[in-house]
Amino acid sequence: MFRNIGLIYKKEIKSYFKSYIAYVVIAVFMVITGFMFNDVVVKFSMLSFKAQGNPMLAKQYNLLNVTETVVRPMFGQISMIMLLMMPMLTMKLLADEKKSGTMELILTYPIRDAEVVMGKYLAGLTVFAAMLFSTVTYPLLLIALGEPEIVPMITGYFGLFLMGAAFVSLGLFASSVTENQIIAASLALGMLFLFYLMSMSAAYVSPGIGRIVSYLSINDHFFSMAKGVVDTEDIIYYLSFVVFFLFLTMRSIESHRWRG
Amino acid sequence: MIEVENLTKDYGARLGIDGLTFSAEKGELLGFLGPNGAGKTTTMRILTCFFPATSGRATVAGFDCFEDSLEVRKRLGYMPESVPLYKDMEVGEYLSFVAGAKGVEAKDVKKSVDRVIGDCGLSEYPKSMISELSKGYRQRVGLAQALVNDPEILILDEPTNGLDPRQIREIRKLITELAGQRTMILSSHILPEVSKVCKKIVIIDKGKLVAVDTPDNLVSNVHGATKMFLRIDGPAKGVTAELGKIKGVSKVEPDDSAPDAFIVSIKKGADIKQDIPPVVVNNNWNLLEMRAIQASLEDVFIHLVTKEDA
Repeated sequence: MFRNIGLIYKKEIKSYFKSYIAYVVIAVFMVITGFMFNDVVVKFSMLSFKAQGNPMLAKQYNLLNVTETVVRPMFGQISMIMLLMMPMLTMKLLADEKKSGTMELILTYPIRDAEVVMGKYLAGLTVFAAMLFSTVTYPLLLIALGEPEIVPMITGYFGLFLMGAAFVSLGLFASSVTENQIIAASLALGMLFLFYLMSMSAAYVSPGIGRIVSYLSINDHFFSMAKGVVDTEDIIYYLSFVVFFLFLTMRSIESHRWRG
Repeated sequence: MIEVENLTKDYGARLGIDGLTFSAEKGELLGFLGPNGAGKTTTMRILTCFFPATSGRATVAGFDCFEDSLEVRKRLGYMPESVPLYKDMEVGEYLSFVAGAKGVEAKDVKKSVDRVIGDCGLSEYPKSMISELSKGYRQRVGLAQALVNDPEILILDEPTNGLDPRQIREIRKLITELAGQRTMILSSHILPEVSKVCKKIVIIDKGKLVAVDTPDNLVSNVHGATKMFLRIDGPAKGVTAELGKIKGVSKVEPDDSAPDAFIVSIKKGADIKQDIPPVVVNNNWNLLEMRAIQASLEDVFIHLVTKEDA
């Protein structure tokens, strides 16, 4: 069981790095998030500088502290760039095997479909974790140069990891329904955006439905974690999201089998 | 070893295979013959547990391909027609992955990989990227991955498809050598391929079973006339007329190979070898050549497959 998952996992990780996909995606991710991080820090320091000479301005920005003005926007930006980059990371996972025909061989080896799905999911998750870890320098810089609150940073990263885990599962599912990687990426991006933007429409519908919509929204569950509050409800949301999409992925492979 | 019973695969728009029944004993080399689109690959995919049949039963080594699919898959070596491989992997690395995936014990993986690399003539390429190998060598890697778990049953779908004549000969030789004690199914739409390697042939067409027999029996059982080739030095019209009078001859026609060549079709069961020389001598002609034409497997195949259409 674990041996088979490990075999698939190792193969995928190797392929991620041999094909340079992991390097390119992580590098691009770092450049964009780094640029945005620089932007919020510069804005914050300029505001702070102006506020020194203008107490009214400081009052206007009564939230002028590092956690509110730098750390939270930073998390928001990272999650957005994660959403944009994740489909590039997951699109090949199953679509490529279908296209090249290697799926036919894998499905005739004595490996369970679930083991294939888990191995691939964990490989995607690992590369994502590496990608997320590459941004740790930003909060470390803040800690070195300022006095931000540590707890919201840790819970925020925990929240980002859970959100990314959910993204990977959805991306894997999108990759399982087609043999075309572009279609897989587009599907994943579309679905992720839908889950991401859902909370915006929550305000315009009746309160009952609004609650459901905002519960389903993938980023609403992240807000409180970025503030330093870890709620089991949010953890359960992300875990069930992952389980649901892994389940769909397995069903999709099974249907691929039946249709031949 | 392999039992297929009334197997049907319905693709919705058409039937992939329709009520197929055949079997292969342990150690038997079974040739699976049919025109393109006859259902060869469909049958193989059911036997390899890639997809389930719509109805009917397929058992391999005593295990049902649907119910005990993992048990079947442990005992299989399969090479699909397109020989799909991970092009971004090295040969040795790929074979180690397959060995693990096929349940070879971790401590035996290296030994198994070394064995198939040697057997399949890949000793010079264990570190080569698969993407850099020629088609013939990729075919060898495909064979190696099928053999790496030392399977009891080997299923090869058109193993020589797309190779040049020299590679075809090499792969064919390799297959015959490696078959050993294994039960093997080999599909092809090329006849000499199958008749050279296999002891038993299953012919299918449009998803239906047309014939199951040894190559020799298939040839001798072919319906209709057997033929003789003759070269007679004499007037073509006269020869045709005189030979046509012999009892047991159904048709005489000139052959394109030479101006004095004729093909004589003989009614089933008749023997005219004794009757021809007297006719030639009586007319003062010269008999230059006389031999029986063996119906080739090709004739059998065309005969069996086209009969369906008629």
